Amino acid sequence: MTSHAPNSYSAGPDAQGRFGQFGGRFVSETLMPLILDLEAEYEKAKTDPTFWAQMDDLWKHYVGRPSPLYFAERLTEKFGGAKVYLKRDELNHTGAHKINNVLGQILLARRMGKKRIIAETGAGQHGVATATVCARFGLECIVFMGATDVERQKPNVFRMNLLGAKVIPVTSGRGTLKDAMNEALRDWVTNVDDTFYCIGTVAGPHPYPAMVRDFQSIIGKEVKEQIMEREGRLPDSLVACIGGGSNAMGLFFPFLDDEDVRIIGVEAGGHGVDDRMEHAASLTGGRPGVLHGNRTYLLQDDDGQILEGHSISAGLDYPGIGPEHSWLNDIGRVEYVSATDREALDAFQMCCVTEGIIPALEPSHALAHVAKLAPTLPSDHLLVMNMCGRGDKDIFTVAEALGENI
Amino acid sequence: MTRIDTKFAELAKAERTAFVSFIMAGDPSPQMSADVLRGLPAAGVDIIEIGMPFTDPMADGPAIQLAGQRALEAGMTLDKTLAMVREFRTGDNTTPIVLMGYYNPIFSKGVDLFLAEASEAGADGLIIVDLPPEEDSELCLPAQEAGLNFIRLATPTTDDKRLPKVLQNTSGFVYYVSITGITGSAEASAASVGPEIARIQAQTDLPVCVGFGIKTPEAAAEMAKVADGVVVGSAIVERMARGDSAEQVLAFVAELAAGAHG
Repeated sequence: MTSHAPNSYSAGPDAQGRFGQFGGRFVSETLMPLILDLEAEYEKAKTDPTFWAQMDDLWKHYVGRPSPLYFAERLTEKFGGAKVYLKRDELNHTGAHKINNVLGQILLARRMGKKRIIAETGAGQHGVATATVCARFGLECIVFMGATDVERQKPNVFRMNLLGAKVIPVTSGRGTLKDAMNEALRDWVTNVDDTFYCIGTVAGPHPYPAMVRDFQSIIGKEVKEQIMEREGRLPDSLVACIGGGSNAMGLFFPFLDDEDVRIIGVEAGGHGVDDRMEHAASLTGGRPGVLHGNRTYLLQDDDGQILEGHSISAGLDYPGIGPEHSWLNDIGRVEYVSATDREALDAFQMCCVTEGIIPALEPSHALAHVAKLAPTLPSDHLLVMNMCGRGDKDIFTVAEALGENI
Repeated sequence: MTRIDTKFAELAKAERTAFVSFIMAGDPSPQMSADVLRGLPAAGVDIIEIGMPFTDPMADGPAIQLAGQRALEAGMTLDKTLAMVREFRTGDNTTPIVLMGYYNPIFSKGVDLFLAEASEAGADGLIIVDLPPEEDSELCLPAQEAGLNFIRLATPTTDDKRLPKVLQNTSGFVYYVSITGITGSAEASAASVGPEIARIQAQTDLPVCVGFGIKTPEAAAEMAKVADGVVVGSAIVERMARGDSAEQVLAFVAELAAGAHG
């Protein structure tokens, strides 16, 4: 790991796990000793070359990294502006960026002697990645998934079962990702001795936001090398979609101190970011609060009760966002915008027929913004978008939205 | 001295164990929970815990999760919870009230405003599940300055090394969580909890109450032998859930209190 200069955008979090006012450790006393243990273990692993050697080996031979940086020639022609590159993390084993982080956490769990792995999942991508790596290492895997999501993501539930994981449908609350996370925390509080909680995004109590970011940063590090090789210079802008924000943090983090690089995060605008609150755009439509172990921007009502949010993409359908994004938003280093369900669907279809790539609905939100932005930029502007997942899992949702019966 | 401190001083003199009961504000309706609340002291409750409903109660089992949902659906808010305390105080100025819940609704309202209104309404202490000692500057220290007790949870994972940190800014009493788990789950035995209580008592002069998983008068009686106070929540809330009348709920509370008082 590189050492961070003081006053750097990449120096956080502080010793209390804070990025400015965001982050922290808002958990019950039962969990405090566990997250302190995890932090100590991660600090050791972070500077242990054998840990990273193991990660590099698995990333290369199991995941298939580095993922290509692809010049999207036809999209570039279509937009008629910036030169658009796609970081192809959808080509990873299991079809998304999620596995980058899962490998790191499972290797940590092994170092800590934990035999039982729990995870939460929304769309099922983090659940599938966790089930995959647990199978690879012979660990017990239990995935909590909202009952509503179990119903709308059946193929991923079956995938997890094939991989030997046990999927527990969560009926508390409204049966979506946030309830799955509550239930995973309840399980962890109950099974403190043998269980490791593998969180899928850059949220949760410290050290999760920093740790998941570090594991996902492989994305941005590779982009830096690849773009230097292709173009001989850094990109002018970066674009990524944001639910919890792990793929975005992974792309953005290595570039935070390159101040000439414009960085844009795209939240899920659902039916539109307005006071109907039918969206999942925590930064553009929420305010700071405390949930799931950290302070961050949340969708909430006037009484501080958490709202459900909505997105066509189950992976973005979360009322919070990683605390580091909240901080980057407030200090103005990263711009946050949103794209609606409709815009994402249009971008999804355009990507299929223009590049021969079926994107997941999550990065389709990023592409929807690229479609707005790229035409306004000059042809020597280098834009890199993170294609963080493939769309096989989404074909049923898209068919339904298009009124097709498959 | 808060009403909590006064109450424990009285109980110590009488050599009695405290019986602490939990109800969720607004469950199943604001009217019903206010009726039960008013009857708790006469049923033998020494200290009342009132739950502040929250959408995402990550340390609670199904009984209290559902209680919170019922309350929110019935229109309960943090302000209405404080109004319920204020109303109770018009008829009872001695029974201590502890507000229990999660941080976000308080943070959303504003810490200073909440503390001022909670004191004014007549609350005596706070138990906020998702604020460990590491986050003391958020609410614990301001609460103590505002004259409210901040009651901390100690758990089976709180080892001897960590215990002083947990006890440091705790006041009123220490709430020992008898199991690793959520509220209303498996019952711990008095035999296993006793040494843990003694371990905590050795490091503090504060009373130590025990809770999580105590469901019957018999269990309350057993736990009362090893602790300074016994807390029952889910078992009472389950009576509300099944549609018992306020009188029926209070009769059950009286049995639990009799168990705890021996």
